Amino acid sequence: MSASVAAAGEAPAAARRRPRVPHLVRFLAKRLAVTVGLLWGVTVVTFALVHVVPGDSATANLSEQALNDPALVAAYRARWGLDQPVYVQYLRYLWNLLHGDLGTSQQTGKPVLSDLAHYVPATMELAVPSMVLALLIGTAVGMLAAVRHGRATDQVVRVGSLLGLSTPPFWLSLVVLYQFFYLLGVSPSGGRLSTDFSPPPTVTGMYTVDSALAGQWAEWWDAVQHLVLPVLVLTCLTVATLIRFVRSAMLEVLSTDYIKAAHAKGLPGFTVLRRHLLRAGLVPVITVSGLAFAALLSGTVLVENIFGWPGIGQYAYRSATALDLPSILGVSLFVALVYTVVNLIVDLVYGLIDPRIRLS
Amino acid sequence: MTEQTTQAPVPVDLTDRRVRKALGRRDWFAHRPLWRQPLTVAALVVVAGWLAVAALANVLAPYDPLQQDDATYAPPSAAHWFGTDELGRDILSRLLFGARLSIPLALVIVVLALAVGGVLGLVAGYLGRFVDEALMRLTDLVFAFPQIILAMAVSAAFGPSTRNAVLALVIVSWPVYARVIRSSVLTVRGEDYLHAARLLGVGPVTALRRDVVPNSVGPAVVLATLELGNAVLMLAALSFLGLGPRPPAPEWGAMIALGSHDLSKWWVSVFPGLAILTVVLACNVLGDALRDRIDPRFAKGR
Repeated sequence: MSASVAAAGEAPAAARRRPRVPHLVRFLAKRLAVTVGLLWGVTVVTFALVHVVPGDSATANLSEQALNDPALVAAYRARWGLDQPVYVQYLRYLWNLLHGDLGTSQQTGKPVLSDLAHYVPATMELAVPSMVLALLIGTAVGMLAAVRHGRATDQVVRVGSLLGLSTPPFWLSLVVLYQFFYLLGVSPSGGRLSTDFSPPPTVTGMYTVDSALAGQWAEWWDAVQHLVLPVLVLTCLTVATLIRFVRSAMLEVLSTDYIKAAHAKGLPGFTVLRRHLLRAGLVPVITVSGLAFAALLSGTVLVENIFGWPGIGQYAYRSATALDLPSILGVSLFVALVYTVVNLIVDLVYGLIDPRIRLS
Repeated sequence: MTEQTTQAPVPVDLTDRRVRKALGRRDWFAHRPLWRQPLTVAALVVVAGWLAVAALANVLAPYDPLQQDDATYAPPSAAHWFGTDELGRDILSRLLFGARLSIPLALVIVVLALAVGGVLGLVAGYLGRFVDEALMRLTDLVFAFPQIILAMAVSAAFGPSTRNAVLALVIVSWPVYARVIRSSVLTVRGEDYLHAARLLGVGPVTALRRDVVPNSVGPAVVLATLELGNAVLMLAALSFLGLGPRPPAPEWGAMIALGSHDLSKWWVSVFPGLAILTVVLACNVLGDALRDRIDPRFAKGR
């Protein structure tokens, strides 16, 4: 949350106009370099982290009995290349990475890339609808609070968003499960599909999309029902942050002279809101939504844990507790990539929405 | 932020009730006396209450938080107000003792992260150039990891314990402080009084201490208050995942995890969750109120 405060404060000031296309190319090249550097940093940090610690994946993955057998431990180490010096392991990893090979997960025994391909769509199925809902609700409610600044509505929204920020996500998940699954029995207890259905043929990996594509509407409805509660929890968490940003961004716009002018020339209130306030106020909101999406991915770790949702949050949790280096690296690289790509898109959209800022 | 100062001064009759009402509405959130902010007062009371609970847990708790009893999963009753858990331990007592873990640990996390982030932010902002560039790329790197995944990896790597959970949370949270302190240093760096001090022969350390640090205190305090709630939340999340203080320690997040095994025993996880919620909410309300008061971006013209 506070990270976004800092980032929002550093928003680029209005830039001088320059020829657009070369500028765009230079901008993209620079961003690509930054992204590559960032991803490289992620591999260094993760490698250092896993090697600085006393335990390794042998002690985390082998049974007590196996650990007493030095030959077995040595064989395990040799199997995963853990007997090599750290720098050799690292260079070998980088070499494979450059060839598109993320290594093999020590706990699932499958290539990390195929693990990610399996788990990422599950998480996206949760994260994308939550983000869309949170953006819609957050913008509407935040704008309402700004327009009603200082009145009862504003106070209620303020308390509501603070409540959302202060609620532990895992606890909220349990509360909604208790209410809608245990007490009311209107919702499934977790997972992606009921046991009487088998997953639809894989196209995107998202069950709702795949079952719709295959025309399996019973499966589609079942998948949607399984989505409702986790999406509800994730939306609540994200919307709380967004509302606060939308409200303060809109307040900033409301105090400008052109809003006063728009009112003064007799435009209907709603037109002023839509044409002048919404458009200008959306710029900082878009900046924040990049960070909010990253926070949402963090939130999925806890929410997936409770709803038994087989996504990257669960995968990250299991990899971290098993000290499974290739998987931890794979997840970290993926999330870092999402983070940078989302921020890149944000910066590009930024220029489109606000003509004053053309990729400064 | 907008230039309001250039407007021609309009004579305003401050004794007029309508004028005062209008002004009062504009400043709804800022610069009101404390007793006119019921939410802030309530938050102060809640924080004071939890501090008292943490201090007096051994006096207030009706049972030993670790004492097991035959009455497992007893629902809330006169004997056990909040019921008992799967080992028959009194949840109210565990909750009260849990305040002794969560609140001091959150304070430690915030103080350590503020110290690390603050020093690095000051150095980055004041020295500028490649030092600044390097430190800011480092913060970018930490931001690119999702907080909880990095904290999870760190505490899993070093082995689950209270100390390692704190360490993990300091590692993931210092960059926020570094960014905020750096930007507040940047705002004063070009000021004339700093140049004047330098011409007078004031060294960089003294200049930092006398002129730069005082300007960063406000934002730092606001951030620390807001982050205090966040620290409580993250710590609870880590122990919920089994990466915090070792059981049987009465940590709130771990208590919620116990309740997730059996949904029908709602009291096991509902009460610790409410404890977390009240502490974090109070911190957030206080942080907000402080920000309205200190941060000129939020106080001016609002």
